[in-house]
Amino acid sequence: MRSIFPVISVLLVIVGLWWVAVAPMNVRPALDMAERSGAEVIPEGPVARRDVSVWRLMLDNSDYVAVGYALDRPRLPTPTQVGQELWKTTGAMVMKGRAWSKRSLIYHGWITLQSTLWGFLLGTSLGIIGAVAIVYSRTAQLSLLPWAIISQTIPIVAIAPMIIVLSSQVGVEGRGLPKAIISAYLCYFPVLVGMVKGLKAPETSQLDLLKTYDATGVQSFLKLRLPASLPFLFTSLKVGIAAALVGTIVGELPTGAISGLGARILIGDQFGTPLAIWSALFTAAVLAGLLVTLIDLIQRLSLRRMGGQA
Amino acid sequence: MTVISAQNLNLTFQTNDGPVHALSDVGLEIGKGDFVSFIGPSGCGKTTFLRCVAALETPTSGTLTVNGLSPDEARKSRAYGYVFQHAGLYPWRTIGANIRLPLEIMGYAKSDMAGRVEKVLKLVDLEGFENKYPWQLSGGMQQRASIARALAFDADLLLMDEPFGALDEIVRDHLNEQLLKLWDQTGKTIAFVTHSIPEAVYLSTKIVVMSPRPGRITDVIESDLPRERPLDIRETPEFLALAHRVREGLRAGHSYE
Repeated sequence: MRSIFPVISVLLVIVGLWWVAVAPMNVRPALDMAERSGAEVIPEGPVARRDVSVWRLMLDNSDYVAVGYALDRPRLPTPTQVGQELWKTTGAMVMKGRAWSKRSLIYHGWITLQSTLWGFLLGTSLGIIGAVAIVYSRTAQLSLLPWAIISQTIPIVAIAPMIIVLSSQVGVEGRGLPKAIISAYLCYFPVLVGMVKGLKAPETSQLDLLKTYDATGVQSFLKLRLPASLPFLFTSLKVGIAAALVGTIVGELPTGAISGLGARILIGDQFGTPLAIWSALFTAAVLAGLLVTLIDLIQRLSLRRMGGQA
Repeated sequence: MTVISAQNLNLTFQTNDGPVHALSDVGLEIGKGDFVSFIGPSGCGKTTFLRCVAALETPTSGTLTVNGLSPDEARKSRAYGYVFQHAGLYPWRTIGANIRLPLEIMGYAKSDMAGRVEKVLKLVDLEGFENKYPWQLSGGMQQRASIARALAFDADLLLMDEPFGALDEIVRDHLNEQLLKLWDQTGKTIAFVTHSIPEAVYLSTKIVVMSPRPGRITDVIESDLPRERPLDIRETPEFLALAHRVREGLRAGHSYE
């Protein structure tokens, strides 16, 4: 529990900086609005203000800076505005019994979570199978590993639409599967790399010891390599699940999806509603935090069962 | 009865810097119940010889038999227990589970395991530590646990590669005493690699002095010390004479470098 205090302090600092940044970010639309409602602004007219720095504007019109904290369509919403929007689209929806409405971020979060989990499952399995192949076969090491690395240099936004198009060509209905594939594409790599390292973690003398027992390959895998790799696996799973979530959201962005957090971000952008973007963003962040925490918990429990010191 | 027999044994490693003669024309007989120490500087081939016996390395030429079998057959018949320099206990297994590891791999009956674990823990004086994890034990205790692991199955031959090399002098003395007692109780044949002259002389019935480049045997000393050896035997003239001969052998191996 002690570790919560540093986290909270950092959070407070970020929120504080954010709150301060709202003033310069929103000063132009705030002055435009004040001017429209009859206030006197220096200099007059949005065109004249274009060449004046935001700091100058704030100094000369200090009375109207506060307007920037209550805009309907702010350049940068305040923390409170985002909080209110989040509540409106989650908690308030639940209270009204409309958690699964299309306007609820719980609904969209659930859509994203499903694809994330399928993608995570798929990516993790591929990563583990690939790692086992690489560790046990030199051919696989020489042929698979370079491609795995190359696969991560290709921007996912470039591949995502292709996966969607190709999977609809082969008759896959809906966006669940292609989104999961995109998500798996991002998430298998950390698992693969971590597991290769983990499965190679046993020292030569530990492998020699098993050889003196005349242990079979399966026995040394199950009794030595696999348990030795678990700490590495959990670390990569934490990176992997976050990557899977990012992959799903990216998969929802350029593909015309109408549900999911990625779709909310895109729609918010197209309709000029920054509050929708920000609340979807925060939902995604909270979701990622929850997923990583969950894996962390499983890690602690299983490593404790394996005699861990911590 | 001969347990290990080596004749004209050679082993050459091919490295980027050219061939390394790890073993050159090594011949040696080790009888049942012997306690044989291998002593010499780094690179003299003492560990390599032990690894050849364990079939972890394959000699380039010459003959080597273990219990009359080839080393690989002997390994498959689980003829020996091997103790490495580092205890190498699995951190995710308790001491008891670490000792059960070879038993699980060799397919011993579950009902048989508990008794064996208890027996070997008693032999190495670690009763009551069965459910502890390795990190809860000191280095010396971990090494004793690894010896117990090598004793858990019925191998008559114990190969020990500098098992006490990483431990401090006091712990080492204590473990040497315990090892002699254990050897006496079990009647096993022990091949023991060491860097330490007093350790070699104190423990052994036979001391094999080796020297490097190429790795070879320079002297084989039969010890006439009694089997019963209290620690202060190391102050006696007989002990010192043996130690002197070992030191001379080591020096001779270095003379034409």
